[in-house]
Amino acid sequence: MNEQDQFEPKIIAYVCNWCTYLGADLAGTNRLQYPPNVRIVRLPCTGRIDFNLIIKAFEMRADAVLVSGCHPGDCHYTAGNYHARRRWMLFRSLLDILGIDMERIHFTWISAAEGRKWQQVVTEIVDKTRQLGPYEDYRNVCEALVC
Amino acid sequence: MARIGVFICWCGENIARNVDVEKVAEEVGTLPGVRCSVTYKYLCSDPGQALIREKIVDERLDGVVVASCSPHMHLKTFRTAAQNAGLNAYLVEMANVREHCSWVHEDRDKATVKAIDLVRMAVAKVLRSHALEPIRVPVTKRAMVIGGGVAGIQAALDIADAGYHVVLVERDPSIGGKMAGLSETFPTLDCSQCILTPRMVEVGQHANITLHTYSEVEAVEGYLGNFKVSIRKKARYVDINKCNGCGECWNVCPSKKNLSEFDFNMGMRKAIYVPFPQAVPARPVIDNDACIKLTKGKCGLCEKKCQPGAINFDDKDELVTEEVGAVVIATGYKPYDIGKEQENAQLSGYGEYGYDEHKDVIDSLQFERIVSASGPTGGQIQRPSDGGEPKTVVFISCVGSRDDAKGLSYCSKICCMYTAKHAMLYKHKVHDGVAHVFYMDIRSGGKSYDEFVRRAIEQDEAQYHRGRVSKITGENGKLIVRGVDTLAGEPVTIEADLVVLATAMRPADGVRDLARKLNVGYDEFGFLSESHPKLRPVETNAAGVFVCGACQGPKDIPEAVAQASAAAAKVQVMFSRDELAREPEVARVDEQICAACFTCVRTCPYTAIEEAEIRDRNDKLVKRTARVNPGLCMGCGTCLAVCPSKSIDLEGFTEQQVYAEVESLV
Repeated sequence: MNEQDQFEPKIIAYVCNWCTYLGADLAGTNRLQYPPNVRIVRLPCTGRIDFNLIIKAFEMRADAVLVSGCHPGDCHYTAGNYHARRRWMLFRSLLDILGIDMERIHFTWISAAEGRKWQQVVTEIVDKTRQLGPYEDYRNVCEALVC
Repeated sequence: MARIGVFICWCGENIARNVDVEKVAEEVGTLPGVRCSVTYKYLCSDPGQALIREKIVDERLDGVVVASCSPHMHLKTFRTAAQNAGLNAYLVEMANVREHCSWVHEDRDKATVKAIDLVRMAVAKVLRSHALEPIRVPVTKRAMVIGGGVAGIQAALDIADAGYHVVLVERDPSIGGKMAGLSETFPTLDCSQCILTPRMVEVGQHANITLHTYSEVEAVEGYLGNFKVSIRKKARYVDINKCNGCGECWNVCPSKKNLSEFDFNMGMRKAIYVPFPQAVPARPVIDNDACIKLTKGKCGLCEKKCQPGAINFDDKDELVTEEVGAVVIATGYKPYDIGKEQENAQLSGYGEYGYDEHKDVIDSLQFERIVSASGPTGGQIQRPSDGGEPKTVVFISCVGSRDDAKGLSYCSKICCMYTAKHAMLYKHKVHDGVAHVFYMDIRSGGKSYDEFVRRAIEQDEAQYHRGRVSKITGENGKLIVRGVDTLAGEPVTIEADLVVLATAMRPADGVRDLARKLNVGYDEFGFLSESHPKLRPVETNAAGVFVCGACQGPKDIPEAVAQASAAAAKVQVMFSRDELAREPEVARVDEQICAACFTCVRTCPYTAIEEAEIRDRNDKLVKRTARVNPGLCMGCGTCLAVCPSKSIDLEGFTEQQVYAEVESLV
């Protein structure tokens, strides 16, 4: 086994309480297996997500970040996910300019009924991140800044 | 130093099989602030909860983490247990090591590592939790029902009969809705008006019901238990308190050729009119577009004839405000008006059916009026074009329904049944006539429903063709209907005298605006969204606002009535208490650092944030600030994310808590 195979990526997921969190619960109820690399932070709504949390996750040595909420139109709070999406469109360009690897940030909609989608999304992200390898670039920059 | 207790559940084998719970207990027991860390077989059981209570007392815990199932499952259970032991309920957090860990990861070592992380996150969070008290809001024990169709009538009567005051708002001049215009109802063929009009009278006479007809909701303020609804009472030009309903006015009115809305344009009415004889209130209204006095300044015959002097040509719209604690929306449906201008280009199909082009192509509600004994033809079935008795009638179902390409994707649910009814009623009146029905599938689920359809086919000899109609053309006073019978596998051409289109059910006009005023969600078609399709079918995500009837989705009369009673029951549950407790996990503004940019005010989906001023004792303005109304805030946290000065926080999910959770993962 080479080193690449042993790399276990760390993934932090910011999910809304009403759709994606319940989707992940459903994956559990249905015993849908997926890699154990993801750590869920439960928030009431994707609208609650301050995108600095994405930066924070990378600072905490996350190799990828997932943001997931209700499908457009299904938000428990009517429109929080639209706010999140709009803010994300702006924030994304900012991150891009800053040089953050956009392949490490994932944004999806997963409903409370989509346990299987949760399983697929997490599996795909873990596979992809495993291919990308550890997010050394960001850590190097951080360390350089600290010094 | 904090004193956190961590309780790790085995959930029998459910967690313990794939997670080494003892190892988790050992690892998290060493975290700073953790006082004790224990495992137990079933924490949600009575002895399990007793263990938690015991530890809270013995170890003087000031925070609890339960690592077990999803918080959606048992957070409430454990919070109640903690509260019973004297610990504030909001100092309890859960780590989901079952649904998110043991059930989905087979590798025991890796699952254990993950479980430790999840508990560590919860400990980091609970260390920063605040003790919170439920927000108590007083309840105004009056309800508003919007829409006076059969659903609204049922809801209003149920709530009023329980002893609470109801304000019923109806847009049309009379209550009754679509049901008042129907002929007979399936599957019993009992007369629609005979069963509805006594209920309408009951509403009109009920001591607990205030009726605002010819009125619309203008604006809504307030929140659960405390709504202030402003209602626009449209100018009626008739003082309904003075009027005695004698009818002299409409007898003399010379403006006769106005299409009757109640008859779906199949009949005529005067400019001053009562929509139908059994209207409640049985008081006329003047159509200001048709009235000669109001448009040209002369006439006024009705005013001269009116003994009580009830006519007032200077009448103006009036705004009244009603304070209510709960709102029931029952705005109903409208038929899909094919062939006309549509707000949505996708819905412009079905030109091939010649609606609006051939007078003898009508829709189902129009057919209801021409078979109804109270209709424009007195129940005689006559073609609109020449008044002749149609000997061949074609009914086409699914017009606009179940059609992604040019209509609406959903099934309108009631058309199969009323089409069978129409075929039956037609045959009962025109014995030598033939009714043809084109259908896609027959959907007749319901008590005695399928038997009813079979009766139409077997006893009343309705000719059912499984297939679609491709074109309707006019020829020598006949309508040539070209379709296909897919069961026979051949094209069908029928020379018809009358064609009836079973058009789709769509939410009533204006429902989206109303939903936005009340913060209720709606789907892509405009049907209002319930909180949960199965378990909360009449609640909405706006606390204190309920839905019933066809505004929520296509449904027939029994379902609309059942849902209306359910909504009324929910209102009564609310009114059974003097105060309502709301979750205290809401946003709050640090008014000292708020820069008063009010971005949050514009972002809040619930209009729960207002612009406020802080003044000193001399009433001098110190600063402006945003302020959250805890009664309205639903705790989504959108405001917090947009606040540039970070002066808003969300209890239960504070910045400190969330960042600490992430930081615990380093």
